[in-house]
Amino acid sequence: MPITRGFSGRPRRGRPSQDSTQRLPPGQYDTGAEWPTLTAEVTPHLVADEWTMTVDGLVDNPHTWSWRDLHALPGSTYFGDIHCVTTWSKLDTTFSGISVDTLLDIARPRPEAAHVMAHSTTGYTTNLPLDDVRGGRAWLVWEYDGRPLPPEHGGPVRLLVPHLYFWKSAKWITRLELMERDRPGFWEQNGYHDRGDPWLEQRYQGDP
Amino acid sequence: MTGTPVQAPTGAWTTGTLVEIDRTDRLVRLRLDVADRVDHLPGQHYVLRLRADDDYTASRSYSVASDPADSLLELMVECLPGGEVSGFLHDEAREGDVFEVRGPIGGWFTWTGDVPIVCVGGGTGVVPFVAMLRHARRIGAERLIRVCAVGRTRAELPYADELLAAGAFVALTRENLDGRVSAPPYLDELEPLVAGAERAYVCGSVGFASYATRLLGEVGVRADSIRVEQFGATA
Repeated sequence: MPITRGFSGRPRRGRPSQDSTQRLPPGQYDTGAEWPTLTAEVTPHLVADEWTMTVDGLVDNPHTWSWRDLHALPGSTYFGDIHCVTTWSKLDTTFSGISVDTLLDIARPRPEAAHVMAHSTTGYTTNLPLDDVRGGRAWLVWEYDGRPLPPEHGGPVRLLVPHLYFWKSAKWITRLELMERDRPGFWEQNGYHDRGDPWLEQRYQGDP
Repeated sequence: MTGTPVQAPTGAWTTGTLVEIDRTDRLVRLRLDVADRVDHLPGQHYVLRLRADDDYTASRSYSVASDPADSLLELMVECLPGGEVSGFLHDEAREGDVFEVRGPIGGWFTWTGDVPIVCVGGGTGVVPFVAMLRHARRIGAERLIRVCAVGRTRAELPYADELLAAGAFVALTRENLDGRVSAPPYLDELEPLVAGAERAYVCGSVGFASYATRLLGEVGVRADSIRVEQFGATA
Protein backbone atom coordinates (compact mmCIF):
# COMPACT_ATOMS: atom_id res chain seq x y z
CA MET A 1 0.00 0.00 0.00
CA PRO A 2 1.25 3.49 -0.82
CA ILE A 3 2.98 5.73 1.69
CA THR A 4 1.09 8.98 2.05
CA ARG A 5 3.24 11.86 0.79
CA GLY A 6 4.14 14.22 3.61
CA PHE A 7 2.41 12.25 6.34
CA SER A 8 4.42 11.46 9.45
CA GLY A 9 1.59 11.07 11.94
CA ARG A 10 1.64 11.82 15.60
CA PRO A 11 5.11 11.54 17.09
CA ARG A 12 5.65 7.93 18.11
CA ARG A 13 8.45 8.52 20.60
CA GLY A 14 6.68 11.33 22.37
CA ARG A 15 3.73 9.21 23.38
CA PRO A 16 2.93 8.76 27.07
CA SER A 17 4.92 5.54 27.30
CA GLN A 18 6.31 2.89 25.06
CA ASP A 19 3.96 0.55 26.84
CA SER A 20 0.82 2.32 25.61
CA THR A 21 1.84 2.05 21.96
CA GLN A 22 2.46 -1.64 22.34
CA ARG A 23 -0.99 -2.01 23.83
CA LEU A 24 -2.64 -0.56 20.75
CA PRO A 25 -3.82 -3.13 18.20
CA PRO A 26 -2.97 -2.36 14.54
CA GLY A 27 -4.73 0.69 13.11
CA GLN A 28 -5.94 1.94 16.51
CA TYR A 29 -5.19 5.24 18.27
CA ASP A 30 -5.36 6.13 21.95
CA THR A 31 -8.39 8.31 22.58
CA GLY A 32 -7.07 9.39 25.98
CA ALA A 33 -9.65 10.70 28.42
CA GLU A 34 -12.38 10.83 25.77
CA TRP A 35 -14.91 8.09 25.26
CA PRO A 36 -16.53 8.34 21.82
CA THR A 37 -20.06 6.98 21.44
CA LEU A 38 -21.31 5.15 18.42
CA THR A 39 -24.81 3.79 18.15
CA ALA A 40 -27.23 3.09 15.36
CA GLU A 41 -30.33 3.85 17.33
CA VAL A 42 -31.88 6.32 19.72
CA THR A 43 -30.45 6.07 23.25
CA PRO A 44 -33.13 4.46 25.43
CA HIS A 45 -33.60 5.72 28.96
CA LEU A 46 -34.30 2.56 30.92
CA VAL A 47 -35.41 2.26 34.51
CA ALA A 48 -33.07 -0.22 36.18
CA ASP A 49 -35.83 -1.65 38.38
CA GLU A 50 -37.89 -2.50 35.30
CA TRP A 51 -34.98 -3.95 33.34
CA THR A 52 -34.38 -7.73 33.26
CA MET A 53 -31.67 -10.00 31.93
CA THR A 54 -32.48 -13.39 30.36
CA VAL A 55 -30.22 -16.26 29.35
CA ASP A 56 -32.09 -18.76 27.17
CA GLY A 57 -31.87 -20.80 23.98
CA LEU A 58 -29.76 -23.93 24.22
CA VAL A 59 -29.52 -24.08 28.01
CA ASP A 60 -30.93 -26.54 30.54
CA ASN A 61 -32.17 -23.84 32.86
CA PRO A 62 -33.39 -20.68 31.04
CA HIS A 63 -33.36 -17.89 33.57
CA THR A 64 -34.37 -14.26 33.96
CA TRP A 65 -32.78 -11.97 36.53
CA SER A 66 -33.97 -8.63 37.82
CA TRP A 67 -31.58 -5.75 38.53
CA ARG A 68 -31.76 -6.69 42.21
CA ASP A 69 -31.14 -10.41 41.48
CA LEU A 70 -27.97 -9.58 39.58
CA HIS A 71 -26.61 -7.44 42.37
CA ALA A 72 -27.04 -10.36 44.76
CA LEU A 73 -24.60 -12.44 42.68
CA PRO A 74 -20.82 -12.26 43.23
CA GLY A 75 -19.40 -9.17 41.58
CA SER A 76 -16.51 -8.93 39.15
CA THR A 77 -14.41 -6.07 37.80
CA TYR A 78 -12.55 -5.65 34.52
CA PHE A 79 -9.50 -3.43 34.46
CA GLY A 80 -7.92 -2.93 31.07
CA ASP A 81 -8.29 -1.62 27.54
CA ILE A 82 -11.18 -1.42 25.08
CA HIS A 83 -10.99 -1.14 21.29
CA CYS A 84 -13.60 0.24 18.89
CA VAL A 85 -13.70 -0.71 15.21
CA THR A 86 -13.84 3.01 14.34
CA THR A 87 -10.12 2.98 15.37
CA TRP A 88 -10.12 4.44 18.86
CA SER A 89 -8.86 2.51 21.85
CA LYS A 90 -9.29 3.53 25.46
CA LEU A 91 -6.65 2.32 27.88
CA ASP A 92 -6.94 1.47 31.56
CA THR A 93 -10.70 1.43 31.88
CA THR A 94 -12.49 -0.01 34.93
CA PHE A 95 -15.88 -1.66 34.57
CA SER A 96 -17.76 -3.43 37.35
CA GLY A 97 -20.65 -5.86 37.29
CA ILE A 98 -20.66 -9.63 37.11
CA SER A 99 -18.89 -12.20 35.02
CA VAL A 100 -20.98 -13.79 32.25
CA ASP A 101 -19.67 -17.11 33.61
CA THR A 102 -21.82 -16.58 36.71
CA LEU A 103 -24.97 -16.43 34.58
CA LEU A 104 -23.92 -19.35 32.38
CA ASP A 105 -23.20 -21.50 35.45
CA ILE A 106 -26.81 -21.00 36.51
CA ALA A 107 -28.33 -21.40 33.02
CA ARG A 108 -26.14 -24.44 32.16
CA PRO A 109 -25.43 -24.36 28.40
CA ARG A 110 -26.17 -27.57 26.53
CA PRO A 111 -23.20 -29.31 24.90
CA GLU A 112 -24.35 -28.35 21.40
CA ALA A 113 -24.41 -24.61 22.21
CA ALA A 114 -21.55 -22.96 20.33
CA HIS A 115 -22.63 -19.36 19.68
CA VAL A 116 -24.52 -16.61 21.44
CA MET A 117 -26.64 -13.74 20.23
CA ALA A 118 -26.69 -10.72 22.51
CA HIS A 119 -29.99 -8.81 22.33
CA SER A 120 -30.52 -5.21 23.45
CA THR A 121 -33.75 -3.54 24.50
CA THR A 122 -33.55 -1.49 21.29
CA GLY A 123 -33.59 -4.55 19.03
CA TYR A 124 -29.84 -4.31 18.43
CA THR A 125 -28.16 -7.71 18.19
CA THR A 126 -24.60 -8.97 17.95
CA ASN A 127 -23.34 -12.52 17.58
CA LEU A 128 -20.32 -14.06 19.33
CA PRO A 129 -18.74 -17.46 19.68
CA LEU A 130 -19.75 -18.92 23.07
CA ASP A 131 -16.10 -19.36 23.98
CA ASP A 132 -15.61 -15.61 23.71
CA VAL A 133 -18.10 -14.90 26.49
CA ARG A 134 -16.92 -17.53 28.99
CA GLY A 135 -13.73 -18.35 30.78
CA GLY A 136 -13.43 -14.94 32.46
CA ARG A 137 -13.50 -12.98 29.21
CA ALA A 138 -16.91 -11.29 29.32
CA TRP A 139 -18.96 -9.29 31.81
CA LEU A 140 -22.31 -7.66 32.34
CA VAL A 141 -21.37 -4.23 33.69
CA TRP A 142 -23.27 -1.37 35.31
CA GLU A 143 -20.42 0.75 36.61
CA TYR A 144 -17.69 2.61 34.78
CA ASP A 145 -14.87 4.10 36.88
CA GLY A 146 -16.94 3.55 40.01
CA ARG A 147 -19.99 5.41 38.72
CA PRO A 148 -23.25 4.18 37.20
CA LEU A 149 -22.83 3.46 33.50
CA PRO A 150 -24.40 6.41 31.62
CA PRO A 151 -27.27 5.66 29.19
CA GLU A 152 -25.27 6.77 26.13
CA HIS A 153 -22.65 4.17 26.97
CA GLY A 154 -25.21 1.41 27.46
CA GLY A 155 -26.50 1.98 30.97
CA PRO A 156 -28.04 0.63 33.04
CA VAL A 157 -26.30 -2.57 31.92
CA ARG A 158 -24.16 -3.46 28.91
CA LEU A 159 -22.25 -6.49 27.81
CA LEU A 160 -18.45 -6.12 28.02
CA VAL A 161 -16.25 -8.32 25.84
CA PRO A 162 -13.06 -6.28 25.90
CA HIS A 163 -10.88 -8.64 23.86
CA LEU A 164 -13.12 -8.06 20.81
CA TYR A 165 -14.07 -4.83 18.99
CA PHE A 166 -16.50 -2.90 21.08
CA TRP A 167 -19.60 -3.30 18.93
CA LYS A 168 -19.70 -6.83 20.36
CA SER A 169 -20.16 -5.29 23.82
CA ALA A 170 -23.87 -4.72 23.28
CA LYS A 171 -25.31 -1.67 25.04
CA TRP A 172 -28.62 -1.97 26.92
CA ILE A 173 -28.32 -5.75 26.92
CA THR A 174 -31.37 -7.68 28.00
CA ARG A 175 -30.86 -11.22 26.68
CA LEU A 176 -28.18 -13.75 25.77
CA GLU A 177 -29.50 -16.43 23.44
CA LEU A 178 -27.38 -19.58 23.14
CA MET A 179 -27.35 -21.14 19.69
CA GLU A 180 -25.93 -24.13 17.92
CA ARG A 181 -25.23 -22.28 14.68
CA ASP A 182 -23.87 -18.82 14.15
CA ARG A 183 -26.24 -16.16 12.89
CA PRO A 184 -25.22 -12.61 11.98
CA GLY A 185 -26.29 -9.80 14.30
CA PHE A 186 -27.04 -6.21 13.39
CA TRP A 187 -23.64 -4.88 12.29
CA GLU A 188 -22.56 -8.31 11.13
CA GLN A 189 -25.42 -8.30 8.58
CA ASN A 190 -24.12 -4.93 7.55
CA GLY A 191 -20.66 -6.04 6.61
CA TYR A 192 -18.89 -6.22 9.95
CA HIS A 193 -16.92 -9.24 11.05
CA ASP A 194 -18.51 -12.19 12.87
CA ARG A 195 -15.75 -12.35 15.48
CA GLY A 196 -13.98 -8.98 15.54
CA ASP A 197 -10.56 -9.62 17.07
CA PRO A 198 -8.79 -6.23 17.13
CA TRP A 199 -5.31 -7.81 17.19
CA LEU A 200 -6.12 -9.56 13.91
CA GLU A 201 -7.88 -6.43 12.59
CA GLN A 202 -11.05 -8.40 11.89
CA ARG A 203 -13.10 -5.30 11.12
CA TYR A 204 -15.24 -6.30 8.17
CA GLN A 205 -16.74 -9.45 6.72
CA GLY A 206 -14.04 -11.05 4.64
CA ASP A 207 -11.18 -9.90 6.87
CA PRO A 208 -9.12 -12.97 7.65
CA MET B 1 -35.11 -0.43 15.73
CA THR B 2 -37.37 -1.62 12.92
CA GLY B 3 -36.87 -2.39 9.28
CA THR B 4 -34.43 -4.71 7.69
CA PRO B 5 -31.11 -3.31 6.60
CA VAL B 6 -30.73 -3.52 2.86
CA GLN B 7 -28.05 -5.81 1.56
CA ALA B 8 -25.54 -3.07 1.05
CA PRO B 9 -22.42 -3.28 -1.07
CA THR B 10 -19.07 -3.46 0.66
CA GLY B 11 -15.65 -2.93 -0.84
CA ALA B 12 -12.13 -4.02 0.02
CA TRP B 13 -9.06 -1.84 0.59
CA THR B 14 -8.04 -0.05 -2.55
CA THR B 15 -6.52 3.30 -3.49
CA GLY B 16 -8.04 6.66 -4.24
CA THR B 17 -6.22 9.34 -6.22
CA LEU B 18 -7.06 12.90 -5.28
CA VAL B 19 -8.39 14.61 -8.40
CA GLU B 20 -9.93 17.75 -6.93
CA ILE B 21 -9.55 19.48 -3.59
CA ASP B 22 -10.95 22.69 -2.21
CA ARG B 23 -10.91 24.07 1.28
CA THR B 24 -12.44 26.69 3.48
CA ASP B 25 -11.40 27.64 7.01
CA ARG B 26 -12.64 24.45 8.63
CA LEU B 27 -13.68 22.21 5.73
CA VAL B 28 -11.91 20.34 3.00
CA ARG B 29 -13.71 18.75 0.07
CA LEU B 30 -11.94 15.82 -1.58
CA ARG B 31 -12.85 14.22 -4.90
CA LEU B 32 -11.13 10.91 -5.42
CA ASP B 33 -10.76 8.55 -8.32
CA VAL B 34 -11.11 5.17 -6.59
CA ALA B 35 -9.51 2.12 -8.20
CA ASP B 36 -11.91 -0.81 -8.72
CA ARG B 37 -14.65 1.17 -7.05
CA VAL B 38 -17.73 -0.61 -5.73
CA ASP B 39 -20.69 1.76 -6.11
CA HIS B 40 -22.11 2.86 -2.77
CA LEU B 41 -25.65 3.50 -1.59
CA PRO B 42 -26.43 7.04 -0.47
CA GLY B 43 -25.65 7.24 3.26
CA GLN B 44 -22.73 4.81 3.28
CA HIS B 45 -19.23 5.80 4.35
CA TYR B 46 -15.60 5.13 3.50
CA VAL B 47 -12.51 4.67 5.62
CA LEU B 48 -9.49 6.71 4.57
CA ARG B 49 -6.07 5.62 5.81
CA LEU B 50 -2.84 7.59 5.91
CA ARG B 51 0.46 5.73 6.05
CA ALA B 52 3.81 7.09 7.23
CA ASP B 53 7.11 5.77 5.87
CA ASP B 54 7.58 3.59 8.98
CA ASP B 55 4.19 1.99 8.29
CA TYR B 56 2.48 3.88 11.08
CA THR B 57 -1.12 4.35 9.97
CA ALA B 58 -4.05 6.51 10.97
CA SER B 59 -7.52 6.01 9.56
CA ARG B 60 -10.91 7.68 9.93
CA SER B 61 -14.42 7.13 8.59
CA TYR B 62 -16.10 9.73 6.38
CA SER B 63 -19.58 9.82 4.91
CA VAL B 64 -19.80 9.95 1.14
CA ALA B 65 -21.30 13.13 -0.36
CA SER B 66 -21.40 12.03 -3.99
CA ASP B 67 -24.17 10.32 -5.89
CA PRO B 68 -23.33 6.70 -6.72
CA ALA B 69 -23.46 7.63 -10.42
CA ASP B 70 -20.71 10.25 -9.97
CA SER B 71 -17.50 8.99 -11.54
CA LEU B 72 -15.56 10.35 -8.53
CA LEU B 73 -16.02 9.73 -4.82
CA GLU B 74 -16.60 12.92 -2.86
CA LEU B 75 -15.85 13.32 0.85
CA MET B 76 -16.32 16.46 2.94
CA VAL B 77 -14.06 16.54 5.97
CA GLU B 78 -14.23 18.90 8.91
CA CYS B 79 -10.85 19.95 10.21
CA LEU B 80 -10.85 19.20 13.93
CA PRO B 81 -8.47 20.84 16.42
CA GLY B 82 -5.39 18.61 16.58
CA GLY B 83 -7.03 16.23 14.11
CA GLU B 84 -4.33 13.86 12.94
CA VAL B 85 -6.12 12.85 9.75
CA SER B 86 -8.43 15.81 9.15
CA GLY B 87 -5.58 18.23 9.81
CA PHE B 88 -3.36 16.49 7.29
CA LEU B 89 -6.11 16.43 4.68
CA HIS B 90 -6.91 20.08 5.25
CA ASP B 91 -3.36 21.42 5.38
CA GLU B 92 -1.20 19.04 3.36
CA ALA B 93 -3.17 17.04 0.82
CA ARG B 94 -2.91 18.04 -2.82
CA GLU B 95 -4.06 16.83 -6.20
CA GLY B 96 -2.32 13.66 -7.30
CA ASP B 97 -1.89 12.26 -3.80
CA VAL B 98 -2.84 8.62 -3.45
CA PHE B 99 -4.63 7.40 -0.32
CA GLU B 100 -5.67 4.00 0.91
CA VAL B 101 -9.45 3.82 1.07
CA ARG B 102 -11.93 1.15 1.97
CA GLY B 103 -15.60 1.19 1.23
CA PRO B 104 -18.43 1.43 0.88
CA ILE B 105 -19.30 0.45 4.44
CA GLY B 106 -22.55 0.36 6.40
CA GLY B 107 -25.97 -0.89 5.37
CA TRP B 108 -28.22 0.69 7.98
CA PHE B 109 -27.88 4.40 7.40
CA THR B 110 -28.76 4.13 3.72
CA TRP B 111 -31.63 5.20 1.50
CA THR B 112 -32.25 4.05 -2.03
CA GLY B 113 -35.14 6.37 -2.88
CA ASP B 114 -37.81 3.82 -2.04
CA VAL B 115 -39.73 5.33 0.90
CA PRO B 116 -40.48 8.90 2.03
CA ILE B 117 -37.94 10.08 4.59
CA VAL B 118 -37.00 13.05 6.70
CA CYS B 119 -33.35 13.82 7.47
CA VAL B 120 -31.96 16.04 10.21
CA GLY B 121 -28.26 16.83 9.99
CA GLY B 122 -26.00 19.06 12.04
CA GLY B 123 -22.73 20.46 10.65
CA THR B 124 -20.86 17.84 8.65
CA GLY B 125 -23.73 15.54 9.60
CA VAL B 126 -25.44 16.87 6.47
CA VAL B 127 -22.95 15.06 4.22
CA PRO B 128 -24.83 11.74 3.84
CA PHE B 129 -27.98 13.75 3.11
CA VAL B 130 -26.21 15.58 0.30
CA ALA B 131 -25.56 12.16 -1.26
CA MET B 132 -29.23 11.26 -0.78
CA LEU B 133 -30.43 14.55 -2.31
CA ARG B 134 -28.13 14.17 -5.31
CA HIS B 135 -29.33 10.60 -5.75
CA ALA B 136 -32.98 11.65 -5.41
CA ARG B 137 -32.53 14.32 -8.02
CA ARG B 138 -31.01 11.92 -10.51
CA ILE B 139 -33.71 9.27 -10.13
CA GLY B 140 -36.56 11.80 -9.83
CA ALA B 141 -37.38 11.02 -6.21
CA GLU B 142 -37.05 14.56 -4.82
CA ARG B 143 -40.58 14.47 -3.40
CA LEU B 144 -39.61 11.53 -1.14
CA ILE B 145 -36.86 13.30 0.80
CA ARG B 146 -37.02 16.27 3.12
CA VAL B 147 -33.92 17.62 4.80
CA CYS B 148 -33.45 19.84 7.81
CA ALA B 149 -29.85 21.11 7.92
CA VAL B 150 -28.53 22.85 10.99
CA GLY B 151 -25.34 24.91 11.04
CA ARG B 152 -23.80 27.69 13.05
CA THR B 153 -23.28 30.01 10.11
CA ARG B 154 -23.86 29.73 6.38
CA ALA B 155 -20.12 29.64 5.80
CA GLU B 156 -19.60 26.83 8.30
CA LEU B 157 -22.48 24.65 7.06
CA PRO B 158 -21.12 22.29 4.40
CA TYR B 159 -22.99 22.48 1.09
CA ALA B 160 -25.20 25.31 2.38
CA ASP B 161 -25.92 26.70 -1.10
CA GLU B 162 -26.60 23.30 -2.60
CA LEU B 163 -28.89 22.35 0.29
CA LEU B 164 -30.90 25.55 -0.08
CA ALA B 165 -31.14 25.12 -3.84
CA ALA B 166 -32.39 21.57 -3.34
CA GLY B 167 -35.20 22.81 -1.12
CA ALA B 168 -33.73 21.78 2.24
CA PHE B 169 -34.82 23.68 5.30
CA VAL B 170 -31.75 25.35 6.77
CA ALA B 171 -31.61 26.55 10.39
CA LEU B 172 -28.59 28.64 11.37
CA THR B 173 -27.93 29.04 15.07
CA ARG B 174 -25.40 31.91 15.02
CA GLU B 175 -26.57 34.18 12.25
CA ASN B 176 -29.77 35.16 10.52
CA LEU B 177 -30.66 33.56 7.22
CA ASP B 178 -32.83 35.78 5.03
CA GLY B 179 -35.81 36.51 7.28
CA ARG B 180 -35.10 33.80 9.84
CA VAL B 181 -33.53 34.89 13.10
CA SER B 182 -30.73 32.61 14.31
CA ALA B 183 -32.11 29.66 16.29
CA PRO B 184 -32.19 25.89 16.24
CA PRO B 185 -35.13 24.42 14.33
CA TYR B 186 -38.51 25.06 15.93
CA LEU B 187 -41.10 22.32 16.26
CA ASP B 188 -43.43 24.02 13.79
CA GLU B 189 -40.58 24.19 11.28
CA LEU B 190 -39.99 20.45 11.59
CA GLU B 191 -43.64 19.39 11.48
CA PRO B 192 -44.20 19.92 7.74
CA LEU B 193 -40.93 18.09 6.96
CA VAL B 194 -41.93 15.11 9.07
CA ALA B 195 -45.46 14.77 7.69
CA GLY B 196 -45.79 11.58 5.68
CA ALA B 197 -42.23 10.38 6.30
CA GLU B 198 -41.93 6.66 7.01
CA ARG B 199 -38.41 6.88 8.34
CA ALA B 200 -36.16 9.50 9.87
CA TYR B 201 -32.39 9.87 9.68
CA VAL B 202 -30.32 11.86 12.14
CA CYS B 203 -26.63 12.59 11.64
CA GLY B 204 -24.33 14.82 13.63
CA SER B 205 -22.27 15.07 16.79
CA VAL B 206 -23.32 13.07 19.83
CA GLY B 207 -24.92 16.11 21.38
CA PHE B 208 -26.68 17.10 18.18
CA ALA B 209 -27.98 13.58 17.57
CA SER B 210 -29.55 13.35 21.00
CA TYR B 211 -31.07 16.81 20.56
CA ALA B 212 -32.43 16.01 17.10
CA THR B 213 -33.93 12.66 18.09
CA ARG B 214 -35.68 14.32 21.02
CA LEU B 215 -37.03 17.01 18.70
CA LEU B 216 -38.31 14.40 16.26
CA GLY B 217 -40.02 12.63 19.14
CA GLU B 218 -41.75 15.85 20.07
CA VAL B 219 -43.27 16.14 16.60
CA GLY B 220 -44.53 12.57 16.76
CA VAL B 221 -41.80 10.51 15.08
CA ARG B 222 -41.54 7.07 16.65
CA ALA B 223 -38.12 6.36 18.15
CA ASP B 224 -37.91 3.00 16.36
CA SER B 225 -38.29 4.65 12.96
CA ILE B 226 -35.22 6.86 13.53
CA ARG B 227 -31.80 5.83 12.25
CA VAL B 228 -28.89 7.61 13.86
CA GLU B 229 -25.32 8.20 12.80
CA GLN B 230 -23.27 10.15 15.30
CA PHE B 231 -19.67 11.09 15.58
CA GLY B 232 -17.34 12.68 18.06
CA ALA B 233 -16.70 11.99 21.68
CA THR B 234 -17.95 12.44 25.17
CA ALA B 235 -15.40 13.14 27.86
